Amino acid sequence: MSEKITTLTDATFDEHVASSDVPVLVDFWAEWCGPCKQIAPALEEIAEEQAGKLTIAKLNIDENLDVTRRYEVMSIPTLLLFKDGQPVQRLIGAKPKGALVQEISQHLS
Amino acid sequence: MATSCKVLIIGSGPAGLTAAVYAARAQLSPIVIEGEPSSTSDQPGGQLMLTTEVENFPGFPDGIMGPELMANFRAQAARFGAELLTDKVTRIELGSRPFRAWVGDPAAEPTYEADALIIATGATALMLGVPGEDRLLGYGVSTCATCDGFFFRGKEIAMVGGGDSALEEAMFLTRFADKVTVLHRRDSLRASKIMQERAFANDKIEFRWNSLVTEVIGDSKVEAIKVADSVTGASSRLEVSGLFVAIGHKPATDLFVGQLDLLDNGYLAVHEGSKTSVEGVFACGDVQDHVYRQAITAAGSGCMAAIDAERWLEIQGE
Repeated sequence: MSEKITTLTDATFDEHVASSDVPVLVDFWAEWCGPCKQIAPALEEIAEEQAGKLTIAKLNIDENLDVTRRYEVMSIPTLLLFKDGQPVQRLIGAKPKGALVQEISQHLS
Repeated sequence: MATSCKVLIIGSGPAGLTAAVYAARAQLSPIVIEGEPSSTSDQPGGQLMLTTEVENFPGFPDGIMGPELMANFRAQAARFGAELLTDKVTRIELGSRPFRAWVGDPAAEPTYEADALIIATGATALMLGVPGEDRLLGYGVSTCATCDGFFFRGKEIAMVGGGDSALEEAMFLTRFADKVTVLHRRDSLRASKIMQERAFANDKIEFRWNSLVTEVIGDSKVEAIKVADSVTGASSRLEVSGLFVAIGHKPATDLFVGQLDLLDNGYLAVHEGSKTSVEGVFACGDVQDHVYRQAITAAGSGCMAAIDAERWLEIQGE
């Protein structure tokens, strides 16, 4: 996994998204989710290409139920974009890289 | 400049990857455009990527997980030199040879030129097309039991469909849900006998026959569905927090409409094995199979398409 992607847990989630200077795209995923694995390479590339404008973090829903429930994730992959600690956009389901970048671009400066 | 190749394969399910194995072993250096990850259109690896245990693929006496099986197919194709690209074909021109294919901007120069083309684009999942379904997709409406079953622990949910996929997913969902109501539009299932027996024996599964879902109800997530009885016409409300849809597939032929002959039911028409209406274009797997639609038949037809393409190319070279 790219060094630019952070692994979050219930314990580290709040501080990480609140303290980030740039928007954080959180990938809610699980080991048993095929589409989650399929979008993983695209997320790694986005993390590299958008470095400085965006960070990407992963949260394993199996192991981190508190955060998963708090944001009412009911389908994975779900990508939640946080800005100043607040969720500003939700993307549900696998999408190609270009579509992912396009959808979140309005929140990137 | 377009990249030239002898054989271009579109699609990466059992059909496309089997065609790739055979074409690669025949020294045809195939390029496989796998499709791009998407929950609504493409599914690199095909429909098995969304399943759990595959019990009926010969050679695996203990069963094998669908995604693992497809990873094996892919590795086998790569081993013999097939070039695999996670991309989406946006346009195809079959009017003259070499055939031309575009990835990305369809108004740009073609990306590939191919002497022979193997179509293995498969089929995409059908949705119900009822009010509320689109809006609540991802908020209780799901087309992927293996992805989303986890979120329905202790809940009551509904499954729409009557085939093997619907029953397999319903049984998978009983690992999480307290109750799964299977709604089917007819009064008998088209699923195989073994699946029917298992589903009927499952205490958590209840069947509702002659039932059509007419609406998905809920503000921010699924709260209930509206069900019409297709015999009496009576409408009722079923309280569920999830709705899973497995009502079948439609062949992915958009790229070829107007260029290749289709059957009345929308599948690609083939003759003499895998030949389509354009010489040098071959089709395999679910895009041309409206009868069997199994992983093993898709793989078998992929082998046929690769052999047909190889023989056709040999004749062209003479």
